[in-house]
Amino acid sequence: MNNVVCRIVLLVCLSMIPFVGYATANLEVNTPAIVNLKQSMQSRHGELAPYYVSGAVGLTYDGLIAIRDANSIPLAKRQLVNSFVAAENQDRSALYREIARANSHPEWEKDIRVTFSQRWINLAKPGWWYQTANSTWARK
Amino acid sequence: MRKILVTIGLLVFVNILPACVTINIYFPAAAAEKAADKIIEEVWQLESEEE
Repeated sequence: MNNVVCRIVLLVCLSMIPFVGYATANLEVNTPAIVNLKQSMQSRHGELAPYYVSGAVGLTYDGLIAIRDANSIPLAKRQLVNSFVAAENQDRSALYREIARANSHPEWEKDIRVTFSQRWINLAKPGWWYQTANSTWARK
Repeated sequence: MRKILVTIGLLVFVNILPACVTINIYFPAAAAEKAADKIIEEVWQLESEEE
């Protein structure tokens, strides 16, 4: 009898382990604010992509983007590209902040930014430029 | 038998409770990486099979 009870209790304990894991498995990234930011960045990407390829714009080590080589942008377009970069950086910063907030941990913002900065660079296409930790530019 | 049950119950409680608290304090790096990849793939319209 005692043995049976012990087995049942053990079974209950073991069956709870997946629930403990579940809480760590996912971050909340589907709030309206985050979805809006994603859409805004996605529609801007079409405008920015040629400049990633040409090396005019690169990915910074802190999870943003920056003008790397302004001279490669035709003068007439420079202002426009500048405004895209500024808008993109605003969205990116807001995205990191919103993900932290959506998960009830505003203090995670910095960690989320660090994670994103690594992943942007990791998923960047060959030929795109990115900034290394010592602020120098490298080509993927 | 009752004593054993109570002991085991207490043990479970003591073990599970801090685990829940811990999850909420430490930054879930793996989950963040997964979430970041998903968002980046959407924003850059990459194929998720690529990586």
